[in-house]
Formats: sequence, C-alpha cells, structure tokens
Amino acid sequence: MCGIVGLYLKNPALESRLGELFEPMLLAMTGRGPDSAGFAIYGDEVNEGWVKLTLQSGEVEYDWKTLMGELEGCLGCSLDWFRNASAAVLKVNADEAMVRAALKTLAPDVRVMSAGRSIEILKGMGLPAEIAERFSLAGMKGSHIIGHTRMATESAVTMEGSHPFSTGDDLCLVHNGSLSNHFRLRQELERHGIGFETENDTEVAAGYLTWRLQQGDSLQQALDHALEDLDGFFTFAIGTRDGFAVIRDPIACKPAILAETDDYVAMASEYQALASLPGIDKAKVWEPEPATLYVWEKKAV
Amino acid sequence: MKTINLTESTVRDLNQALHDQARDLREREWLVTHPDGKHNLAVGINEALSIDIQGHAGYYCAGMNQKASVTVHGNVGVGVAENMMSGMVRVKGSASQSAGATAHGGLLVIEGDAGARCGISMKGVDIVVGGSIGHMSCFMAQAGRLVVCGDAGDALGDSLYETRIYVKGSVKSLGSDCIEKEMRAEHLEELAELLNRAGFDEDPASFKRYGSARQLYNFKVDNASAY
Repeated sequence: MCGIVGLYLKNPALESRLGELFEPMLLAMTGRGPDSAGFAIYGDEVNEGWVKLTLQSGEVEYDWKTLMGELEGCLGCSLDWFRNASAAVLKVNADEAMVRAALKTLAPDVRVMSAGRSIEILKGMGLPAEIAERFSLAGMKGSHIIGHTRMATESAVTMEGSHPFSTGDDLCLVHNGSLSNHFRLRQELERHGIGFETENDTEVAAGYLTWRLQQGDSLQQALDHALEDLDGFFTFAIGTRDGFAVIRDPIACKPAILAETDDYVAMASEYQALASLPGIDKAKVWEPEPATLYVWEKKAV
Repeated sequence: MKTINLTESTVRDLNQALHDQARDLREREWLVTHPDGKHNLAVGINEALSIDIQGHAGYYCAGMNQKASVTVHGNVGVGVAENMMSGMVRVKGSASQSAGATAHGGLLVIEGDAGARCGISMKGVDIVVGGSIGHMSCFMAQAGRLVVCGDAGDALGDSLYETRIYVKGSVKSLGSDCIEKEMRAEHLEELAELLNRAGFDEDPASFKRYGSARQLYNFKVDNASAY
C-alpha cells in the first residue's frame, strides 16, 4: 500500500503554517502506511555557494557537536548547524563533494539524507504521528513539502528504506507502488556509477532519475524515460527546489488525487488526506491522468 | 429526516443505523454530513432508504446496495456502488476507478467523469456517466448497459460478454473483441429511457453503440481437438 501526500503553497503568507497544514495530511494516511514515514520540506534556503545537508544517525543521542567540530577543522571553515531529534541539518559555504568526502572519513555511519540549498529530508521507522512528533513537523515553515507513509512490501522496514529518497540536489522522490524490474535496473545503474544503500525498489527509481538528470535530462525528460524504463506500479511525487511534480504509471492502479485553490496545490493518495486543508470544499479536486506529468513550480521546469 | 454528522459519529455507527432499518423501519430519509472522504459509507443497505451524503466520499461508497437511493453531493473514491444489486446511486461530482464494479442491478449515475475500469465485470447494473470514462472500462463486462455522454479511454470493453455500451464522444481505442455495432430502433429506445432516468438531456441519435463480437467467449467446436 503506502500513502503519499504533498503540499505546495502558492500563497507565501501561508509559509509559516506549512508544517501545521501538512501534519494532518500525513497522519490521515496512517492506515495506508504504519511502518515508517518521512517528509522532504523545502524552505530556509541557503545562499548561492552554500550547501545544506540533512544527516541521520542510527544513534538517537549521537554526538553531533563533536562531529561538527571535527568537520570544521577538516574543511577549514565555520559551520551553521542544528540538531533535529536523530537528524542534524548542516549549512556550509563549501563544495558539497568535499563535505561528503569529509563526512565519510570522519563518520562513516552517518547517512546523508539530502543535499541542496533548500531541501531537508527527515524520516524514520514508526507511525506517522511518531515521526511528525519526533521532528516537530507542526512548527516547520517552508514553501512546499512532500511526505510518505510506508507499508513495506518489497524490502525491509528500516530508516534507510523509508521515503523520501534523494535523487540529487534539492530533488527527492516518494513512491506508492512496486517496481518489478528493479533488480536488473539496479545492476545497470551500478554500472553507470550510481550507488545504492538498500534493497528497496524505490531507491532504484530514485537512482534512475539521478542518473537521467546527470545525463542532462530535464525533469520532464527524465520522467518520460522513466515511463519507458520502469516496469511496475507507481504513483510518484517528486520534490524539486521550486515545486513538486506528480506522475502515475500508464495502468494507474495506484491512487492519486489533486486539489488546487488560489492558496495551494495539494496531492494525496486519498481525498481524506486533503479534507483538513482550509478552503478544500471550494477547491478544484481531480484525479491525475495515467502517464501524464503534472508540475507546479515557481519557474518553468 | 435523520442527520448523522461523521465528525461526531463513526462510519460503523452510520452503517449500523442504516442496516437496522431493514429489520425495523423507523426512518426513510437520512442526511450524512462531513464525510471528508471516509471509506465504506452507506454500504450493504437492504431497505428503500433515501440517503444524501453532503461532501466527498472515499472508497466503496454505497457498495452492495439493495433498494436504497444514495446521492453523493461531491466526488467518490474507488469502487462506488461496487456489487450493487438494486436501487440507485447518484454521484454529483466525479468518481475514481472501478465505479460500479461487478454490480448486478440498479442504476448508477455519475454526473461528472469516471476514472479507469468503470463498470469492470458489471453483471446487470446500468451505469450512466455525464462526463468521460478512463481506460479499461467494461473489462469483461457481462450484462447491463453503460452510457457515456463524454469520451471513453483506451481498451473500452476488452473481453466483453453481453453488456451494451453507448458512447457519445470519441473512443480512444476498443479492447479485444469489442466492436461498434448498428444502432437499431430498440437501442435508441433503451438509450432514451436510460438517459431519461439518469436525468440527462442528450439526443440518443448522437451516440454510437459498442458490444461484443462474441469471438472470444464462445467455445468453438472446431477447436475441440486442441483440448
């Protein structure tokens, strides 16, 4: 099963309430995915030349302070960072590859969940309510957010196997469905230098998009290729720095519903996840067509 | 009229109260408020009740209906009126996939669009859609009539048995063993009657009829040696 939800604000006045509006959407999808949950929130953007990374450790009481001190020494510049439960958000005026390399040396067990100028991916095992509480979702601000509640079918229930998956800078993917050609596709992508951390089928779809985008595809082109190369069932929501996109496979077994008002665009697996949004009774509500890309962004793709 | 507010009552309370009427009829008219996309609203009713649902409903709304008349003043999720036996279900908005799946009887009216697999394996229900329908509609449909005032998606009527399909707009593609058929006087008559019951002001002559070529489901004695 699995539930997916997304909320993109058209009205900047609502940005201070993004987490508060989104939390009930995520919780409404608990029945579709009680194993683990996560979200990718976009906001608090760092300046050009800076990079923001979200890190996770398996240890709840992980000593981030020591790691950040060592990282500052290694990179030779000061860091801006804060802890959020089992995660840490790090902002640094340095090259992303250098930061990643330094982290790999200093703390090989720490996972980089996301990188970019705006994105923060926070996820973990447990009920959606526990994840929302753990990362203080309700108080978060931002321009847009996508989330996922997982009922695992293809691979183990772990923090790493929960969604969203990063697909590049400020890009991420959540998935409802199951891919049938992920094993072969993973082998092909590994030959192209894409690395994988789990046995998860969605990570393969994320790796596929990462690879296509590295090849110079636009998001639209990458998803057009995905429709040809991914075999199986999927409704995807894709977070980008400027907005979000939704696409369903041509068979369209997995549900999706969209709602739009002057204030926001929202998507969910089921309407009940949208019922708590303000003005939803006046919203335009519709189902996305199969094999059709829907994109909302501040700028064109 | 009795009102049930689903912010105060559970779906189970609602359905139990509706089922109780089949044993001891005390209230014919029901109003359901704040459905908020909840699943399984007004399922398994077995009495001639009149039920209005004020808002969007979730999956399997009015499933297994017998005798009742259910109106949804909004959209519905997957499988509205699935396995309906009799009565009437009207959706003022649009329906998700598998509307009227496997239904044996009664009338399902969808004033907006219906998603994929509308009328899949229908077994005698009549379905009238004011808008368009998605792909694989009427897949393996056995009996009953489907009327579409808009367009139909890919693979309409794939592996069709004896359901008759009337479409006013375009058909993206026909499924295996589904063909366009001649519209004779009796078909115009039954279509006019269905449109009238559904409350749509459309000209029956502007529709085309589709049905089974009957090449797939009849056993051909010439093939007996293959078994």
